[in-house]
Amino acid sequence: MSDILVSEQSAPGPGGSGRPSGRLLEVEDLRVEFRTRDGVAKVINGVTYHVDAGETLAVLGESGSGKSVTAQTIMGILDTPPGFVTGGQVRFHGKDMLRMSDEERRRIRGEGIAMIFQDALSALNPVFTVGFQIAEQFRVRRGMGRAEAKKRAIDMLDQVKIPNAKSRFNNYPHQFSGGMRQRAMIAMSLALDPEVLIADEPTTALDVTVQAQIMDLLAELQRERQMGMILITHDLGVVADVADRIAVMYAGRIVEEADVYELYAKPAHPYTIGLIDSIPRLDEKGQQLRTIKGLPPNLMNIPPGCPFNPRCPMVQPVCREKVPPLLQVGAARASACHFAEELVNRV
Amino acid sequence: MGRYLLRRLLQLVPVFIGSTFLIYWLVWAVPGDPFAGKCGERRCPDQYVAFMTEKYHLDQNVFVQYANYMKNLLQGDFGQTFSQRDIGGIIATAYPNTLKLALVALAIEAVIGLGAGILTGLRRNGFLDNLVLVSTLFLLALPVFVVGFVLQWLLGVQWQIVKPTVSSEMRWSELIVPGFVLGSASVAYIARVARTSIAENRRADYVRTAIAKGLPMRRVVGVHLLRNSLIPVVTLLGTDLGALMGGAIVTEGIFQINGIGREVYRAIITKESATVVGIVVVLVVVYLVMNLLVDLLYAALDPRIRYE
Repeated sequence: MSDILVSEQSAPGPGGSGRPSGRLLEVEDLRVEFRTRDGVAKVINGVTYHVDAGETLAVLGESGSGKSVTAQTIMGILDTPPGFVTGGQVRFHGKDMLRMSDEERRRIRGEGIAMIFQDALSALNPVFTVGFQIAEQFRVRRGMGRAEAKKRAIDMLDQVKIPNAKSRFNNYPHQFSGGMRQRAMIAMSLALDPEVLIADEPTTALDVTVQAQIMDLLAELQRERQMGMILITHDLGVVADVADRIAVMYAGRIVEEADVYELYAKPAHPYTIGLIDSIPRLDEKGQQLRTIKGLPPNLMNIPPGCPFNPRCPMVQPVCREKVPPLLQVGAARASACHFAEELVNRV
Repeated sequence: MGRYLLRRLLQLVPVFIGSTFLIYWLVWAVPGDPFAGKCGERRCPDQYVAFMTEKYHLDQNVFVQYANYMKNLLQGDFGQTFSQRDIGGIIATAYPNTLKLALVALAIEAVIGLGAGILTGLRRNGFLDNLVLVSTLFLLALPVFVVGFVLQWLLGVQWQIVKPTVSSEMRWSELIVPGFVLGSASVAYIARVARTSIAENRRADYVRTAIAKGLPMRRVVGVHLLRNSLIPVVTLLGTDLGALMGGAIVTEGIFQINGIGREVYRAIITKESATVVGIVVVLVVVYLVMNLLVDLLYAALDPRIRYE
C-alpha cells in the first residue's frame, strides 16, 4: 500500500515493456478510443493503476469516466468495433496481455482474472440453470465429470451463502432474487480461484440492505482467498469499508489516487472534493444537497488543459492550457491537479 | 404443465368442429351439379342420381349432412368418392409422399437457413452477409412455380444432373431439388430471422459473461449464443412444418409427386367434394397438432415460459 505510485501518466517512462516489477496486475498508460459514425471518442486517455494480491483497489468515477471500459480492456471483452486500444499495456504477472494470442488471453480469463458484472439478471444466461453455469467452469475448464462438477458447484453456492444450495442448483436465474443472483454470479466468477477479481458495480442494481450484504461477502472472500480486487463503483459510500486504495477517474484519466483514509480526510483534487461533498449527510438534514455543477466533458471533444476545468470551482488560467500530470503528492498518493500541493497542505 | 396440455387439447375440439364444418359447408356449397358429366356423354340415369343423392344425403340440409359425415369420420370412415374409391385409402397412399417431401424441405430449411443465418449473424456486413442478403431477397421475390420450373429445366433438362421428375419410389435423393423448391421462400425467411437473432444476442450481456468466463469461442457461440437465438427460428420452423405438411400443390405438380396436394387439386377439379373435405380435415388436424407442439417446444427452449 505504501508503494510508490507510478506517475507517468502524461509522459510514459522509458521502456516499460515486460519489465518485471513483481506486481500482480498493472495497467500502464492505457488508451482506448471508440470509433463511431459521429466521430472518435477518446474514452481512456492514459490510465495507470495496479493491484497486488490481497489488496482492494476501488476505481471511482461517474458514468462515462471510463472505469468500466478499462476493466473490459483488462478482461479482453471490449466490443471491437467500436472500441480500439490505441496504446499502453495491461500486464499480468509482468506480461503484457495486449500482446498475447487470443488463446493465451482466454486461459487467463476466469482463472487468472475473473469479473462480475453489474446486472446479474442479464449477465447470467436465462436459458441455463444457475448450477449449469457454475458447473460449466469445472467441466469445460477443469475437465471434470458431470457429478464432480455438480458437487463443486454446490460447494461454491454454499461459499457465497446461498441457502439450500443443493436444491437451488437446478434453478434458473429468473427464479433467484436480485441479491441471490449476484451471489450466484460471484460463485461463478470465483469457481476457478482467480488471482484478481474485477467487480464492475456489483451492487448498483440491488437494494441498499442487500448491497451491504454483497459488499461484506465480497470483502470476506477477498480476504480469505488473498485475491487482488478491483472494485469499480460510482458510490463513495460503498468503497469506504472495503477498499485499501482508491483511484478516482474523470474523462478517461486517473485524477487522484490515494489510500482510502487519506483520500477521505484530505482529497487532493477538486473533483474528489466535489464528490465527497455531494454525499448526503445526516447532520445537514433539510439542506440542499451539494452537487458538482456542469456535466462531464464530451469525450469526442475534451476541453484543452485539465479536463475538469469547466466545472472546477478553483479554476485558474493555467488549467485551461496545460494538462496536469498525475504527480506524487505526499508519501503514497498522487493527484492530477496543478494545485495539488496547496490542497494537501491546506489546514 | 399437465393442466395446460389438457386445456390446449380441449381447445382443439371447438376449433376442429368449427373449421371442419366451415370446410364441409363451403365445399358442398360450390355451385354446379356433382353428377354432371359423370356418366360420359349421356345424362346420368335418374336411378343413379337418386341412389347417389340418398347415399350422400344430398337432399338433406347441410347440418344433417355434416353430422352424418362426422359420425362416420370419428369411426375412421372417410367415405367414398363418387366412383366408389375409398377416400381413406387415397389419403393413406398420398400422405406419406407429402410427409417425405415436407421433411426434406424442412431439413433443407434448417440446415441452409440456419447455417447461413449463423454465419452472417456473427459477421455482419461482410461479403458472405451481402451475398446471403441478396440471394434471400431473390428467393423471396420469386414465386415458387418460377423457382420450380427454372430448377427443373436447368438441373433436370439442360445439365441433366437430376431426373426432371420424381419416380413413384420417392427416393430421398430425388426429393432434394423439389424439397429445396418447396422450402425456398422459408429458407430465406429463416436465414434472415436467424441472422437478426444471432446478431442481437451476440451483444447480449450473458454472451460477454461467457467470454469473460474464458470459455472457448465455439462453446460461447454453440451453447450460450445459439440456444437463445434458436427460439424465434424454431417457432418459424414449427409453423412452417404445419404448412409444409399441408401438401404443395405447385411443387408436387411440377415434379409429378403423388402427394396430398395433387390429390386435393384433382378432387377440386373433378368436384369430388367428399375427397376435398376428407383431405382438408386431415390437414386441419395436422396443423392444429403442430401448433400445439411448437407451443410446447417453446417451454423446452426458454425456461422463463411456464404454462400454468
